Amino acid sequence: MKITIWGARGSLPSPSPETNEVGGNTSCVQVESDDTMIVLDAGSGIQRLNGNVPSHIKQIDILLTHLHLDHIMGLGFFSVLYNPKMVVNIWGPTGVNFDLESRLTRYLSPPLFPIRLKDLPCQLNLFEVNHSAFNIGDLKISSAYVCHPGPTLGFRIEGPSGILTYIPDHEPSLGSSNFPNVPEWTSGCSLAQNSDILLHDAQYTSDEYKTRIGWGHSTMKDAILFAEMSKTKKLLFFHHDPGRTDNHLNSLLKKEINSHPVDFEIGLASEGDQFIIGEY
Amino acid sequence: MSSHQLEIILSRQLADSLSIPIFLVDPDGNLLFYNEPAEELLGKRFEETGALTVEEWSTMFKPNYINGDPMPPKHLPLVKTLENHQPNHGSFYIKNFKDKTIRISATAYPIIGRPDRFLGAMSMFWKNEGS
Repeated sequence: MKITIWGARGSLPSPSPETNEVGGNTSCVQVESDDTMIVLDAGSGIQRLNGNVPSHIKQIDILLTHLHLDHIMGLGFFSVLYNPKMVVNIWGPTGVNFDLESRLTRYLSPPLFPIRLKDLPCQLNLFEVNHSAFNIGDLKISSAYVCHPGPTLGFRIEGPSGILTYIPDHEPSLGSSNFPNVPEWTSGCSLAQNSDILLHDAQYTSDEYKTRIGWGHSTMKDAILFAEMSKTKKLLFFHHDPGRTDNHLNSLLKKEINSHPVDFEIGLASEGDQFIIGEY
Repeated sequence: MSSHQLEIILSRQLADSLSIPIFLVDPDGNLLFYNEPAEELLGKRFEETGALTVEEWSTMFKPNYINGDPMPPKHLPLVKTLENHQPNHGSFYIKNFKDKTIRISATAYPIIGRPDRFLGAMSMFWKNEGS
């Protein structure tokens, strides 16, 4: 399984010379396994993915964790949606009153976007997901609602060679009265269990979090504790605060690692980074 | 160990934050949690009782109707909610772990996640005046 990060910024694209290393594009991750290609979220990072879709790929599955703008703002700009020969499956969370198509159409229609969802030339299929498991090629996908405002999923992708877990927007300590000591009472813990790589929300410092409780995001410290609890092998901080420069992020990462030593790898998810799980 | 579903985790967090006694059960009626105010009412800490089956918790408090007749477990509001997935309310007597008889009212409601997944139920209790 090959994983490529095309966007790891949270909330708002933040391109600037000071964010060049980690990148300023919002959530978008490409997962490849043989002839299967999955795109995790459709943030502004999808623009860079446009030039990196292998020519043999005839079907792309886009898994949306939720429909906050930073996770779908790139959708209408994904070039494969305009290819009549391409099968595009979009998987997203179930709502209560409106189906996935209705909710996506709010964005993909005038006046917010010139082209309507139903007018896209590709062979488009929409699938609603709720705490369910399904297969895409040789990859088994498990989904579960996680603690974040509005219907929001995390995804666990299990391939023959290992496990990737993607929980970009998640406030694990909010729903748990004794975090991080009780895995069964911690949202998302089953998804992340024994992951080879965990991409997890790490937007805030512990000081910032004090005034942002309930906003749906994790501290860097909680991301580490969550990864430790779920016995993750490698944690990559994701959903970087849009106000952080590369220098600031690197210094915070170093500080967090020093204050909470663990026996697994921790890093910053950065645009262009590639990771291989098993053989590819 | 698998984690509970988000709706149950958040329900427990809500219960843990309130000063109203609350029971939280799964779809089979297994008692997953009761909060501190419920501990006070029942006379025992949750850590001491641990998780209980519906057969255990629905009989151990010896519920009685207001007229003094024994109340069958299936008439308890929480048991009714597990059966019909609808809110239920009732008043009755219980005998707590300290052998004290208390008149309480209970309001139970189902926890139904998106989309229409019955995940369990919560019951709030009120100790009635004069009991």
